[in-house]
Amino acid sequence: MDRIDFQTHPDRYRHWRIEVAGPVADLILDVDPGASIFPGCELKLNSYDLGVDIELADAVQRLRFEHPEVRCVVLRSGKEGVFCAGANIRMLGRASHGHKVNFCKFTNETRCAIEDASDASGQRYLAAVSGPCAGGGYELAACAERILLIDDRRSAVSLPEMPLLAVLPGTGGLTRLTDKRRVRRDLADLFCSLEEGVRGRRAVDWRLVDEVVPPSRWAATVAQRAAELAALSDRPDAARGIALTPLQRRFDGDGVQYRHVRVAIDRAARRATISVTGPADVPADLAGIHAAGAAFWPLAMARELDDAVLHLRFNEPTLGLIVLRSEGDPARVLAADTLLLAHAQDWLVREIRLLLKRTFKRLDLTSRSLIALIEPGSCFAGTLAELVFAADRAVMFAGARAGDNRPAAALHLSAMNFSACPMSNGLTRLQTRFLGEPDSVDRAHAAIGRALEAEDALALGLVTVAHDDLDWDDGVRIMLEERASFSPDALTAMEANLRFAGPETMETRIFGRLTAWQNWLFQRPNAVGEAGALKRYGSGLKPEFDPERV
Amino acid sequence: MPDGIDVDYDGLIPNNVGLNADARVRKALETWHPGYIDWWQDRGPDGFQDALVYLRTAISVDAQGWAKFGFVRMPEYKWGILLAPAVEGRRIGFGRHKGDPAWQDVPGEYRAMLRRLLVIQGDTEPASVEQQRHLGATAPSLYDLRNLFQVNVEEGRHLWAMVYLLQKYFGADGREEAEELLRRRSGDQDTPRMLGAFNEATPDWLSFFMFTTFTDRDGKMQLEALAQSGFDPLSRTCRFMLTEEAHHMFVGESGVGRIIARTCQAMKAAGIEDAEDVGAVRRLGVIDLPLIQRKINLHFSLTLDLFGNEISTNAANAFNAGLKGRFREHTLTDDHQLLNDTYPVLRLVDGAVVKQDVPALSALNMRLRDDFVDDVRGGITRWNNVIAKSGIAYRLALPHVGFNRRIGEFSRARIDPLGNILDAESWQGRRDAFLPTAADGDFLHALMQPVRVPGAFAGWIAPPRIGIDNRPGDFEYVKIHE
Repeated sequence: MDRIDFQTHPDRYRHWRIEVAGPVADLILDVDPGASIFPGCELKLNSYDLGVDIELADAVQRLRFEHPEVRCVVLRSGKEGVFCAGANIRMLGRASHGHKVNFCKFTNETRCAIEDASDASGQRYLAAVSGPCAGGGYELAACAERILLIDDRRSAVSLPEMPLLAVLPGTGGLTRLTDKRRVRRDLADLFCSLEEGVRGRRAVDWRLVDEVVPPSRWAATVAQRAAELAALSDRPDAARGIALTPLQRRFDGDGVQYRHVRVAIDRAARRATISVTGPADVPADLAGIHAAGAAFWPLAMARELDDAVLHLRFNEPTLGLIVLRSEGDPARVLAADTLLLAHAQDWLVREIRLLLKRTFKRLDLTSRSLIALIEPGSCFAGTLAELVFAADRAVMFAGARAGDNRPAAALHLSAMNFSACPMSNGLTRLQTRFLGEPDSVDRAHAAIGRALEAEDALALGLVTVAHDDLDWDDGVRIMLEERASFSPDALTAMEANLRFAGPETMETRIFGRLTAWQNWLFQRPNAVGEAGALKRYGSGLKPEFDPERV
Repeated sequence: MPDGIDVDYDGLIPNNVGLNADARVRKALETWHPGYIDWWQDRGPDGFQDALVYLRTAISVDAQGWAKFGFVRMPEYKWGILLAPAVEGRRIGFGRHKGDPAWQDVPGEYRAMLRRLLVIQGDTEPASVEQQRHLGATAPSLYDLRNLFQVNVEEGRHLWAMVYLLQKYFGADGREEAEELLRRRSGDQDTPRMLGAFNEATPDWLSFFMFTTFTDRDGKMQLEALAQSGFDPLSRTCRFMLTEEAHHMFVGESGVGRIIARTCQAMKAAGIEDAEDVGAVRRLGVIDLPLIQRKINLHFSLTLDLFGNEISTNAANAFNAGLKGRFREHTLTDDHQLLNDTYPVLRLVDGAVVKQDVPALSALNMRLRDDFVDDVRGGITRWNNVIAKSGIAYRLALPHVGFNRRIGEFSRARIDPLGNILDAESWQGRRDAFLPTAADGDFLHALMQPVRVPGAFAGWIAPPRIGIDNRPGDFEYVKIHE
């Protein structure tokens, strides 16, 4: 398969349309069956593959940044007689295990981004379900704040994965059923085994949808509910959006070069190094942020980092280690943070902060070993220090490097580290890190404004280990070589266990259960064996199941 | 206990399934019955509910003499539950359960699939009654009026047949679906019927005859496939329905044939040889042959959509499960499992129509459709024989299977009746040459005037060669005023 690219633009969409009419936008799914990223795979009945989801992620992002006037987004189908048939099964049958896992994870992240838009940025989603809405189609609808279902005696919502495919509606479907829509567990059990789904009044009674509407009142009711949701929004009236301009990105050799982010690859060591460069300049005020638009460093950096992480996830599956580095002037990073903190109420600044939050979450959820190296010349300050706290281990250079006249490496904290970027467990990375020692969060907070060199950073528990000039090269080399020698599976499992301490949220449950249960099913012969349900789907042959319960 | 051949007429619901001994199902059907009668009064034939109609009613289910004719008021028609006789020791004839004894109860693993098959089949039966409800007002003769009502009451009985299966074998869920079958309405914006062709209007008698020729023949193909079912009650139900369905297609094919005969006769009498001289032909008060061709194009293409996608998972599953076989499965000589076979399917690839071999299991819709096309071609030949005999140089033809499709491979392209792919502009330019126009509809509408004198026929249709039940030409098939 060609390199999977996460950059797209509405001009190039094959599967979605955005139609903006004042405060309400229609986000219309109209899948081109012949445009799967798997050649020869036909995306019938608005079923989707990763390519469809990449466009959805792009659309959700653009609506937020480019359309401050849009207060309600209506998810609907552009095809008569079907809303969405869910993930394309033949694609799943053909995809490698790794692709399936990454696909589901990305899909989930997009769905969480939809909920984030409703919850945090005042762009509220409404699902207008006309026609059958099955599996991933219903999972998508369930991301919306409200679901309207047309009551034409035919259209039903369903999660038929269990009876049809021997897998789960595991991309958030089951969890949203019980945790978000609070469907009773026995009814949820019944629902999930009904291939034909549930329609009409019963769908409302079971809380699977919020309202059923006859076709004659459909258009008017959807418009009315959209207007009602829009009225609840706090988005500004007369603001102008900013264009999410194409990323400046160059693939050279193995690496990728962006404006502020660089990915270098050492294939023999199975290692990618992501280096983030701090801002060259920072606007003076809010007007300057709006004028800079997509070039404003925190926004540009976040988009680039996000793209780099996705590239590594999908296109470089064998690079098990990601080394995180930075270079630049910490003062400028902190200056950008000051702007983000001072203008948190501004719609654009809010979107940028929310994007930073989601980008760091994406890093948390990346199943590679994350190692932060804090060296002289680095700028892990405030927002960028989140990279250090996202890492499985942080190694800091103690003192100055021989022959290098730059000052000793230092960490800098800002208020951004204490609220702006919660993890999916609802806590900041520092709160999660110091779950057993909450005082340490306070001590770190008190250190805002100080340049924290290795000794201080170690004392505050912000880094794992420090090496001086004498030990640095060997210390880092041996650590990385040792890490690369461990089982990639065991590392993925261990890291995912250790990263998300503390409380469960719907989001952690979604990702945790995807990892534990759906990915388990994706490996089991009952689903993916030669006689398994996914492999046999569409052939007319019934799957053969191993009766043993594990 | 009835012997399974004769029908028990003692209770409210005539049946040969021992309903008297099955209190649960009898109660369910008796509960459903008033709603059905309401539906019939409300959405069945418009008017004529008090007329005496010369209808056949089933009195036994064996091949000989199953029907008796007599005058009946339609709401008093003996709708009931009639299954073909059980075949001793019947076994499943195809799919993964081939050779196992046929199921007498629903296998749990196939509950959803069977239910879907029944609901979709069931939904078409009342739909066609609804589509045809206004035709009584413009019937070209009492003979045709009677045929219309015969078709209607039998479609009503086919609904009963599906409702019986739903209520007997699917519990509360089945009862709910049975109610829904009465609630959906053909062409209704809020509660449409499930399949597209069953929401189209049947505005005139030419449409009715085309519908019974083409769309009822799809019904026949579906029933033939379900008659093979390993679920024995479904098989027996469909086998009996097929004996009734044959009459519906006779009504359609002979109706179009009589229209063609009348047109040719009138043209000859007026000395018109050119079938394309539409103005002159229409001035004779008969239906021009090119319009008949356009109606063929329309009804054939709408009916092909009913076969679903050429490549179909549902069809493959239903065959492998032993629930829905092929047309006359029992006469086919392959292994009846099709695990290693392929079947040629016409597909649209890179803008061209090409034939591709695909796994036979997934091509079962295509195969049934091919059998349908073969079946329907015989009717076209018979119509052409009528034209040829008159000496007029004109031939009717089936359009290409890709023409005017909304479902399946060809829904993505504009294809003319000869199979050429057109761009949108040429399609728009030539559409009126392919499909009936609004002007055609106006012409037919004006032509449709009722004829209610026994033995008389409207000027655009020839009388039948023989009457129903061998009745004489002036027999009063419908006594409208008693």
